[in-house]
Amino acid sequence: MERVFKNFKKYKYLLFELTKKNIKLKYRRSYLGILWTLLEPILTTIVLTLVFTNLRKKADATFPVYILTGRLLYSYFAQSTRQAMKSIRSNSGMIKKVYVPKYIYPLSDILSNYIIFLISMIVLLGSMLVFKVQPTKYIFNAVIPLVLLLILCLGMGLILATLAVFFRDMEYLWGVILMMIMYTSAIFYDASIVPAKWIFYFNPIYHLIVNFRNSVYGTPLDGNSLMVSLGYSFASLIIGIILFYKKQDKFILNI
Amino acid sequence: MSKEVIMVDDIGMRFNLMEKKVDNLKEYFIKLLKNEIRYQEFWALKNISFTVNKGERLGILGLNGAGKSTLLKIIAGVLKASEGELNVRGKVVPLLELGAGFDAQYTGMENIYLYGAVLGYPKDFINEKFNDIVEFSELGDFINVPVKNYSSGMKARLGFSIATIMDPDILILDEVLSVGDAKFRKKSEKRILDMFERGVTVLFVSHSIEQIRRICDRAIILDKGVLIADGPVEEICNVYEKEYIGELAAKKPKKKKKKKKIPEIKEEETIKSEKEEIPETGE
Repeated sequence: MERVFKNFKKYKYLLFELTKKNIKLKYRRSYLGILWTLLEPILTTIVLTLVFTNLRKKADATFPVYILTGRLLYSYFAQSTRQAMKSIRSNSGMIKKVYVPKYIYPLSDILSNYIIFLISMIVLLGSMLVFKVQPTKYIFNAVIPLVLLLILCLGMGLILATLAVFFRDMEYLWGVILMMIMYTSAIFYDASIVPAKWIFYFNPIYHLIVNFRNSVYGTPLDGNSLMVSLGYSFASLIIGIILFYKKQDKFILNI
Repeated sequence: MSKEVIMVDDIGMRFNLMEKKVDNLKEYFIKLLKNEIRYQEFWALKNISFTVNKGERLGILGLNGAGKSTLLKIIAGVLKASEGELNVRGKVVPLLELGAGFDAQYTGMENIYLYGAVLGYPKDFINEKFNDIVEFSELGDFINVPVKNYSSGMKARLGFSIATIMDPDILILDEVLSVGDAKFRKKSEKRILDMFERGVTVLFVSHSIEQIRRICDRAIILDKGVLIADGPVEEICNVYEKEYIGELAAKKPKKKKKKKKIPEIKEEETIKSEKEEIPETGE
């Protein structure tokens, strides 16, 4: 354990460099650059608002805020896990030649996406101003679902990165699972319109969105959802670390 | 002085060769249900033990597939041995494929920091040596150009400059170092010879016995994953020549004619290896 920390300290700078690289290269050679981080959620929210407004039971002037709180969290989860899944394969050139702790690759993908995700929170703040959603003291509770989301993505990233090394079709399978998660996350509809409530228990993101929304709209955290998301986050992290450490020496034989 | 820096104790490397490569879930489960997943064991290395003292220059001889590169990869920490123990003291720098860790979209400057970080250098150190690296690589203004626009020689030059900026304790060299043009090759050879003088420990793999004789002071022979000889370089090279390149040695009586030809052949060889490098560095 001590060796792991010592090693991490030595490669801390590499983690920083890789995270920086991911962010820098994402928008290099695009005219609007980092502005896309803000434009993308704005545009999709406009479309979702126009299409789904009538789906809601009662008219709600803050509907765009409702959509954004769900969509931002979901799209971070989707993008970071997708990227982390490919991380070992796409860095195979380096892994085959120089020793580097391998978890650095998925970790840097999760972190760089998290930073972009936090930047895109500006859009949410802006929309709260425009649609007059007054922040209350409960807004500080938002930190809890945001941290749990990071832990969840880290765990899922490690699991997926390991599986994707051995099974190439994980990428397609995960694409399908992500789609199912999106439709069961209550991003653009009220959870109350779904008769089969049990379905939400299979969705780790839904419960994070519930508590994030509660914090934004000024209500206390939902205890039940908090327990479920705590369970999902730490279970995935523990499984991810164990799986990754058990299999990492075999990566090089399969990439 | 004779401190051990590399201790290889009874190392074995096993590869499981699947009879048919299975890399998707459907096939895996079908085969699992039919109980059809079979592995063929293959030992690339078996019961290898030796120690290297500080400042020693060890040449590793062996035919293709003898396990030389596998052994180097294990010592570099890229592969993990299936059996045995390995103890390496000090900083290892592998000069294997130069520039393999570059990001093509990054500029040369950004890649210096990235590749330096991959090799485990601290940031302050790279800042401090940045100018030296740029100067040695002779890239000039190209340092601000994305690496994807570099020629293979430029990439290799930059890779060499970064990898050798810090004096490693252990240097791993695979095959000849033919980087860039003749001028740069001279410069890079000098840098490596300087390292020798400062007492760096060297592991060197080459098919050229002549090079091993010139660079190393000790040699080992690997044959099908087994260590069969270990000793002073002269002695081991003679054994190797006699046992493994018997045919060539038998033709040796025509010495006079051959001697003249040797430099020509060598030239061709180095040119070839340079050409071969192009697709590899392009990866």
